[in-house]
Amino acid sequence: MDPNAYLILSAILFTIGVVGFLTRRNALIAFMSAELMLNASNLAMVTFSHVTGNLYGQVGAFFVMVVAAAEVVVGLAIIMIIFKTRRSASVDDQSQLKY
Amino acid sequence: MEAFIPAAPLFVVFIGAIIGVAMEGAVPRLHRPTIQSWWTALVIVAALGWTAVDWNRGQGTLSAKASLAIDGPTWAAWVLLLFFGLLSLLLFADHRVGGGESPFVASASAVPASQAERDAIAARQEQTEVYPLLLFSLTGMMSFIAANDMITMFVSLEIFSFPLYILASLARRRRLLSQEAALKYFLLGALSSALFLYGLALLYGFSGSFFLRDIDSSITSGAGSEPLLLAGMGLVSVGILFKLGAVPFHNWVPDVYTGSPTPVTGFMAICTKLAAAVGLLRILYVALGAMRWDWQLYVAVIAVLTMLAGGLIGLMQTDVKRLMAYSSIAHAGFILTGVVGATTVISGLAEGRIGSVASVLFYLAAYGLPTLGTFAIIALVRRSGAESSGFDAWAGLGRRRPVLGVAMTIFLLSMAGMPLTGGLIAKIMVFAAAWQGHYQWLVVVAVVASLVTAGFYFRVIWVLFGEAPSEQTAVVQPGAGTWTVIWTGIIGTFVLGVCPGPLLEVLNNAAVFLR
Repeated sequence: MDPNAYLILSAILFTIGVVGFLTRRNALIAFMSAELMLNASNLAMVTFSHVTGNLYGQVGAFFVMVVAAAEVVVGLAIIMIIFKTRRSASVDDQSQLKY
Repeated sequence: MEAFIPAAPLFVVFIGAIIGVAMEGAVPRLHRPTIQSWWTALVIVAALGWTAVDWNRGQGTLSAKASLAIDGPTWAAWVLLLFFGLLSLLLFADHRVGGGESPFVASASAVPASQAERDAIAARQEQTEVYPLLLFSLTGMMSFIAANDMITMFVSLEIFSFPLYILASLARRRRLLSQEAALKYFLLGALSSALFLYGLALLYGFSGSFFLRDIDSSITSGAGSEPLLLAGMGLVSVGILFKLGAVPFHNWVPDVYTGSPTPVTGFMAICTKLAAAVGLLRILYVALGAMRWDWQLYVAVIAVLTMLAGGLIGLMQTDVKRLMAYSSIAHAGFILTGVVGATTVISGLAEGRIGSVASVLFYLAAYGLPTLGTFAIIALVRRSGAESSGFDAWAGLGRRRPVLGVAMTIFLLSMAGMPLTGGLIAKIMVFAAAWQGHYQWLVVVAVVASLVTAGFYFRVIWVLFGEAPSEQTAVVQPGAGTWTVIWTGIIGTFVLGVCPGPLLEVLNNAAVFLR
């Protein structure tokens, strides 16, 4: 296998995540983009693990999955309560705090 | 098992937090606030005592398969962190300030202004989960400070952030603002930790290991690809600079500080900053120490932007809580000034001189005391029950309540860096560290920036004493916890200002990172 192909795929996924986070207006989609970035990192770590021939990267990917699951719990709770309060999950509507 | 014993204080806090969660189900509701707050205090004091004993006994070790470095800077930062955590707990638990109500929401899941919320308030419900959340957050900060490999660092970063996202959303009054603050903090926090993680993956690709010392030896041996290293270094530092609140990653700070419950803001302002600063020192000095010619200029530019943006935007604020947020951004810049110098034993620091690590730790100590004191006072100024932190509400506060006015003045003077306060010594120390590291121009900019920040502190002092008292504002009587924080702040500020020697010496003896 050619590790470069996987690294390029991981970079593409990461970029999609960053662009999605910065351009989409719905809090859920923004959050999904952040999760995509975490998974892009996982792919990079597993690929590097294959290249360097040790298992650190694969173990790291498991840690990241656990952290991402916990992040979903916290994030969805916050987005839920915001939606219940304001009937909207758009990040543009969250503009009461300004300078 | 023995490998974990040096990290015992960390596990004390962690197990204490888990028992705290269990107590949510076991203890009757009306007794829960009292029992939870005493239990949390006990856990923090136990961890503090254990850390102090270990530190006193001396030699550092690598614990948990070398994933945690229990060394001098770790112990020093743990002691400071737990001390400030204990002071924050006093603010969390003070019910007197809210007229018998906790500063936290009665029921977090009830929609604001709904019948469910009115019922929860009438039933005197309380979200006592805040105490275990505080302990979980402290656990994450402690392991972030000690983390010796990148994966531990990432996991700790998330462990200390998640409880903070939730705590930010739990204000009793002005809940919409609080929830908005939590959403902003969460989304931007998720973005920054994803950037940190990708940087970590690239550094792993560069060196083939997550351990900081292996990254260092890969750099020294010249193996591995340079672009991976540079990109990884950039992304990892973005993640930590975000938590530190440095410009251009500071956008969340003013909103989150304003919207969060004031005790949580105080906790975030010092404890998050402490953990982030020590983590940054560890990454830059241990893993990337051989690259310092590359990152010094980059961090110096960020320090300049942070100090100037924090100071100049702070000048335009008309709200004390928001102004404190910009003040904390400016202080992040001063902390970075100390980091840039990179004067350590490795870079040729003479024996007995104060280097970067000791100066940054001292700065954090001298910044934390007045910061917590300020937020303790901010919680007292109220208009029809809710906190009111606009300048109009604060006008003439010092004339009506001289003790609080003088206390606030002392805190502001210390943050501005006036003589006889800890703030001045701290500024001198970080400037000296940068100067010894041949960043003289940065010191000049930092002195100008501290004059700019002094401008807005003096503006608040003028509001306190120079303007006619506002009629609608009530200043509530502080409870014992709030008084303790205020007096600790005053005494600590003067002690650090008049005889900083002992603390500096202790910190300087603990300034070498274990690899």
